[in-house]
Amino acid sequence: MSRLQRLLSQPEGAVGLAILFILVVAGLLAPVISPGDPLRIAGRALLAPFTDPASPLGTDRLGRDVLAGLLYGARTSLAVGLAAAFSAMILGVCVGMVAGFAGGLVDEALMRVVDAFQIVPAFLLALAFVSTIGVSTPVIVLAIALGTWADPARLTRAQVLAIREQDYVASARVIGMHPAEIAFREILPNALPPVLALSATIVAGAILTEAALSFLGLGNPNIATWGSMIAEGRSVLRSASYLSVIPGAALAVTVLGVHLFSEGLGKALGDDGARAA
Amino acid sequence: MSDIFCSLRQLSVTYGHGAAALDRIDLDIAAGERLAIVGESGSGKSTFARALADLLPERAKVGGEMLWPALGHPPRPGRDFGFIFQDPGSSLNPVLTIGEQIAEGARRHLGLNWKQAYARAEELLGRVRMPQPDKVMRAFPHQLSGGQRQRVAIAAAIAAKPQLLIADEATSALDVVVQAEIVRLLDGLVREDGMTLLFITHDIALASGFVDRIAVFRDARLVEAGPVRSVLSAPQSDYTAELIASHRDLRTPPLIAKAAS
Repeated sequence: MSRLQRLLSQPEGAVGLAILFILVVAGLLAPVISPGDPLRIAGRALLAPFTDPASPLGTDRLGRDVLAGLLYGARTSLAVGLAAAFSAMILGVCVGMVAGFAGGLVDEALMRVVDAFQIVPAFLLALAFVSTIGVSTPVIVLAIALGTWADPARLTRAQVLAIREQDYVASARVIGMHPAEIAFREILPNALPPVLALSATIVAGAILTEAALSFLGLGNPNIATWGSMIAEGRSVLRSASYLSVIPGAALAVTVLGVHLFSEGLGKALGDDGARAA
Repeated sequence: MSDIFCSLRQLSVTYGHGAAALDRIDLDIAAGERLAIVGESGSGKSTFARALADLLPERAKVGGEMLWPALGHPPRPGRDFGFIFQDPGSSLNPVLTIGEQIAEGARRHLGLNWKQAYARAEELLGRVRMPQPDKVMRAFPHQLSGGQRQRVAIAAAIAAKPQLLIADEATSALDVVVQAEIVRLLDGLVREDGMTLLFITHDIALASGFVDRIAVFRDARLVEAGPVRSVLSAPQSDYTAELIASHRDLRTPPLIAKAAS
């Protein structure tokens, strides 16, 4: 049974994958379903959902189409979430590998840096970073990555420390392999699976952090984001609560989907391990 | 006596500040001989194997001399000696195919390209009597049984035609039937290729069946070394006699007496 089949055979994995698939399709098809700038005025302001076929989910205080915002917001959330998690993973895995292999003083020094990043709350770090440097998508991605790379770094280091004591690493040494080759061919492929399982959680966290930043007005103002839609709807929460509820629900479903997917992935990889043992 | 392959003079190994793991060992390994290192757990026999293969942890302190007169240079891992570990479940990398792991040594030391190395790996799988070598080449270690994995590990160890094969408890993790097969296989391979074999084990009976010489270790020291026949029939030390006497087979009275009824 392939990994994909094992992933799909579990309810968590199947549901998670379905949610993510729908989101990706929605994000990709956004310009087809609702052409034009999602931030332009599309009709009368504060149109309730399901009343006008032209804007099925209604419009906000400025007459912007909620459906368009939702679709383009999915793009932003997924892109920023994935990019931030990807950068955090790359940085974390590199630092963890170096620390695990070098050992000694280098290891100590790198781990103290990791400690420093771990004790600062990730969200405060991102907030401070974005408000100092300025709002743009790459800066937001970097800000989120800086708050989350410490966990994969620690996990990778622990994996490397455990795996380098394995007999197959010793047997690679006795056939005369170069240490760098041992690192990349023997150790890295074995160290990665748990770190990859962690990555899904990081993506979910990154999506939430991005939404929180744009809720506070620190998102890129030129693109539609779910966080800024929720913030926008806050002032009319009592008269038109759907303006906050719809993007909020989208956010919740996305994070749930990512979590379910990671759960399923973890189980599928776990099966793999159990089978190998 | 034939040429000395490896000569150890006053070899000592200490881990950290603890007691010595090996205490002033003097031993010559003749080229082409099959030498068994026998001893109980903690006697230093695995440390001995790892010291020869330069696999000791960095904190270990090594004293004394290790000479390789037959080579004339320090041994190159893989090329001059091959090493077989105790547990083939952990000595094979779970994410690489069997073919890749065997071909690696051949490619590196025999100057072959990947294609030739794969051909050699398949031939080696045949030599260690693996059924369907072409299929096993593409398999991963978890798809094989313990005995099959150990055969793969042996194939990988001899891939670069080393002159010395070090088997560190290579049969201890296997059941008796597979043990006998692996020992027969090692014996055959060593004879065919004229390799020197260092067979490390706690089982003196298993070792005495096919080696030329036995060296007995106890508490980090070499107790005695000599040809199998003389060690078995006239052990010089009490410990060796005890070790031989403690061998168990089906005729030995049970260790736990039946409860009186």
